[in-house]
Amino acid sequence: MNRLTIVGLIIVVVLVVVALFAPWIATHDISTTNLAMRYLPPSAQHWFGTDSTGRDIFSRVVFGARISLQVGIVVVAVSAVIGTILGAVAGYYGGWVDRIVSGYVFNVFLAFPGLLLAIAMVAFLGAGLNKLILALCIIGWVGYARLIRGQVLKVREYDFVQAARALGASDTRILLVHILPNAIQPLIVQASLGMAGAVLSEAALSFLGLGVPPPAPSWGVMIEEARDLSTLQAAPHALIFPGIAIALTVLAFNFIGDGLREYLDPRQRTR
Amino acid sequence: MGGLRRLLILLLVVWTVVSLVTLLIELVPGDPAVAILGEQATPEQFAQFREKHGLDRPPFFFSFPRDETGDRHFVWHGGDNRYTDYWRALLRGDMGLSFRNDRPVLDLILERYPATIELAIFAMIVAVLIAIPLGVLAGTNRGTFIDNIASVIALLGISLPSFVIGPMLVYVFAVKLRWLAPSGRFDWSDIILPAFTLGAALSAILTRMVRSSVIEELGEDYVRTARAKGLSERTVIYKHVLKNGLIPVVTILGLQLGVLLAGAIITEKIFGWPGLGLLLVEDGIGKRDYRVVQGCVLVISMTYIVANLLTDMVYRWLDPRIRVS
Repeated sequence: MNRLTIVGLIIVVVLVVVALFAPWIATHDISTTNLAMRYLPPSAQHWFGTDSTGRDIFSRVVFGARISLQVGIVVVAVSAVIGTILGAVAGYYGGWVDRIVSGYVFNVFLAFPGLLLAIAMVAFLGAGLNKLILALCIIGWVGYARLIRGQVLKVREYDFVQAARALGASDTRILLVHILPNAIQPLIVQASLGMAGAVLSEAALSFLGLGVPPPAPSWGVMIEEARDLSTLQAAPHALIFPGIAIALTVLAFNFIGDGLREYLDPRQRTR
Repeated sequence: MGGLRRLLILLLVVWTVVSLVTLLIELVPGDPAVAILGEQATPEQFAQFREKHGLDRPPFFFSFPRDETGDRHFVWHGGDNRYTDYWRALLRGDMGLSFRNDRPVLDLILERYPATIELAIFAMIVAVLIAIPLGVLAGTNRGTFIDNIASVIALLGISLPSFVIGPMLVYVFAVKLRWLAPSGRFDWSDIILPAFTLGAALSAILTRMVRSSVIEELGEDYVRTARAKGLSERTVIYKHVLKNGLIPVVTILGLQLGVLLAGAIITEKIFGWPGLGLLLVEDGIGKRDYRVVQGCVLVISMTYIVANLLTDMVYRWLDPRIRVS
């Protein structure tokens, strides 16, 4: 494994620990406002300073990790499961399921920008964490389905699958025991990159006011609150720390995804 | 992929997008008329509003309205409904009236469209102007300090989202240095910050591509021939290597035009840039003007799809190998 993958893994482990133990790591209450304490620069008391209403930015960034990871994990898990099931069925059985999934869904849903679709859905359904997750899952599963379908089509023709069929194994058994375990490797890469994408989308939608509503400490919400001119003038750190948190998280999952891809594909490794 | 198949897919996409935007409006919690006019409006005002915007018509071919006892029943409305209304109007180039100010949505969109295209094109120019020199520099100095610096810049561009880069640029150039305005579209210089913000991610992706293209092409026989002919290294790189190495870059560029259009939504919000994205987010979603939302989503997706189609055609034209097969 290369150095960047290890860096990525370390960041993710730190992130998970921070998210799990947020109440113990945070130094202040995240919703207590105090206008006398606003715009304070980073100090021993407030490690990342305070924002425009005097809330402790460090504690909010810490709790923000929970929202980001929660959205990322749910979106990736749900999309991957739905995508795997539909992709596998479409690839293995073909027929009308395949005609709908690969003929219609792939061509249509991959033909326009996912973020726009998510924005449109949340615009009509209303903002909120659950609706945001729903919207990201609806646009998310298609990529996994396409990946798995392609893998299943390939593995289906392998000799050991033919052998299993000759021995009289049922379709379900062939699919679950023989094909899927051999088709699923690239899914891990996709899932890692998908985490980066989901974290980014959550922050973007929250930034637009379409995701988690304030005062929840979503990193996107924090950046939106930090970008008005008077706050930028008085407390640029209110923008910088959540910005770094997003960048590091996205970077870490991308590093892991790239590293895994190289690791799983020996042709790339030897280069 | 044949032309007919492509046309069929295009029609399917258009049908899906129109259906989505027309049907999603039925999912809006509550009554759009109440959202726009407020609780205190008179029943006559509500009725007038619903009639003007066709909201009094059946929503779809069928529906499940509640009767007096509160139970839901299946009702068939036939072809005369809101869904077909929207289609009929759309084919005449009519996207309905804004719920807020009764102006045709098409007019609102046409007013804002040039600003978005301008932003996307400038972002692309910024990205290319950064990526080609940086990528060539990194590729020709592979493994050196220069290469590493270029990689770090590219990595930053990819991992920092526009809503972080944008406000940071505002902080540096508008708040601290006071060189540029923080928002708006009044002066020619106002496009600089939005274009950099929107183009940053693309320039990072392109830099990586140009770099690996250059490295790959430098190993080809024709480069050795060109060098053996005694051509200067500059001519070899800019006349021969780049010409071949840019083919994949052009594809990415076209595919990214669509991504830029979607990304422009966020960039426009950051800089108050009066394009389609701002129309969608502030006038549409912010003021619950669902007609405007429908129109914007439709036009942005259509532009995205057409951009991809054009890219594909340019790509075929650039690379005869693809044209033949």
